[in-house]
Amino acid sequence: MTLLIGSITIGLVLALLAVGIFISFRIFDFPDITAEGSFTFGAAITASLVIAGTNPILATALAFVGGMLAGAATGMIHTRFKINPLLSGILVMTALYSVNLHVMGRSNLPLLSKTTLFTWFENFSEKISGKDAVVNLLGWDVPAKELWTLLFCFLIILIFSLILYWFFRTQIGTAMRATGDNDQMIRALGVNTKRMIIFGVALSNGFIALAGSMLAQFQGFADVQMGIGMMVWGLASVIIGEALISDNSLGMVIAGTVIGAVLFRLLVAIALRWGMNPNDLKLITAAFVFLALVLPDFMKQTKKIKLFR
Amino acid sequence: MLELTDLYKTFNAGTLNEVKALQGVSLTIADGSFVCVLGTNGSGKSTLLNAVAGTFITDSGTIILNGRNITRWPEHKRACQIGRVFQNPFSGTAPSMSIAENLSLAARRGKKRGLGWGLPAPVIRELKIRIKDLKMGLEDRLDSPIGKLSGGQRQALTLLMSSWLKPDLLLLDEHTAALDPKTAGKVIELTERIVTEGGLTTLMVTHSMQQAVNLGDRIIMMHQGRIKFDFSGDEKRRLKVPDLLSLFDEIRRKDQIDTGVSELLMANYV
Repeated sequence: MTLLIGSITIGLVLALLAVGIFISFRIFDFPDITAEGSFTFGAAITASLVIAGTNPILATALAFVGGMLAGAATGMIHTRFKINPLLSGILVMTALYSVNLHVMGRSNLPLLSKTTLFTWFENFSEKISGKDAVVNLLGWDVPAKELWTLLFCFLIILIFSLILYWFFRTQIGTAMRATGDNDQMIRALGVNTKRMIIFGVALSNGFIALAGSMLAQFQGFADVQMGIGMMVWGLASVIIGEALISDNSLGMVIAGTVIGAVLFRLLVAIALRWGMNPNDLKLITAAFVFLALVLPDFMKQTKKIKLFR
Repeated sequence: MLELTDLYKTFNAGTLNEVKALQGVSLTIADGSFVCVLGTNGSGKSTLLNAVAGTFITDSGTIILNGRNITRWPEHKRACQIGRVFQNPFSGTAPSMSIAENLSLAARRGKKRGLGWGLPAPVIRELKIRIKDLKMGLEDRLDSPIGKLSGGQRQALTLLMSSWLKPDLLLLDEHTAALDPKTAGKVIELTERIVTEGGLTTLMVTHSMQQAVNLGDRIIMMHQGRIKFDFSGDEKRRLKVPDLLSLFDEIRRKDQIDTGVSELLMANYV
């Protein structure tokens, strides 16, 4: 049960990553691999600030800002210098590796005994439910502080999803969605699409860096390698969400992405529990995304062949 | 008023694929005038429209719209003054967004877009009335994605969008070419209504000589990046489809003589 709650908590944290990938991939159709660098960048910023004694909220907010800057760099390289999206992302991702090492000072920063957001959640739990309190949940004994942490993570992702939903329904947000949908049309309506792409990729990476920052605080360390494979991970979450919710309206798609992220994390936890070699995790994730991308077309083709027979 | 002076544009200059698309086009269009642009394939008529819209920056020459020199303005900046309908019915609308969202985007053409709600109630009220006016039964489907509609319906909505805020200039780029004849007729009817009601200055590229004869108060015929003929006033009113056809033939015969002569020269001297 503790494993389950822990997985859901991480799933909710990584839902921020999935939402970020959703913005770049689905709204802008921009395969943005900056994600792998900005995820670690967020973790690095927060970790080094928290160690220096900065307020955890400020440290987390600055991770968001840092991610936005990284994304803006990618967007700028793509729009101003006409370099293709993938390559722009690769350039910034590679550059960020060095930046991350500089920010952290070494390749791994432990946060044990430092005050992070999650320390606050646990302190809050102690105040409300008492020290080492245990809650009986469906027959299992669960530490209260884990439930409180879960609740806080849920609230954070809920608030951010609602803000994002509201933003994409405003005038500027609608123009951003139109930029991804039909850039020729929205240019003819007087929107600077370059600026929209820069801002959109920045927003996406802000979310991703926030996810990295939260994960570092949850697991108690930041590592320079922690961003590897995160883009495909986020993509897998987005795809699961889309498969679960066939409704195409904006609110439902965002909700689906969050649910997809949690579900994917649960699937991974179960697979690891059953004895899957953790080294195979990224291989299997990549294979999963590949299948999810290919299957719909493949199924259409087999249907056609059957029709002709 | 639109004033084009000596516009030149060459694509892929210096390569084998060099295309001299515009070779010194000068044209003045008075306010409220409706100009039809005719021409053979590759004559530069769509290029002319795109030059005015700002899809690319011209090599030389000036474009002045209502006293403002917009020659070097980027496309999105020109959109404050210019409304556009494209040849491809899918180009003018965002397919996965709803009818209401598409029209609300158009309701802020060229204006600042901030954190205000994307679908303001007054705009929704007005667009219900205007969409009902189209008599296409779309007023009950405001929330469905525009990509589900037919080409004709999308083109009609694009027309509505391009003229929602009165543009200084309306550019129509063969906007009925991809539609079946019946739908094309309806869209042309709507075009005429919108242009006359708004008194819009319009530049329309078309392949249909019938459209050119029926619509507007001026016909321009282009060939090889230049304006060959320009009819307005009584002259334009007297013009019929056979007259235009014979003009086309004349242009074509000249072309043939040109190529014939060059072949002769090739055969004799190379």
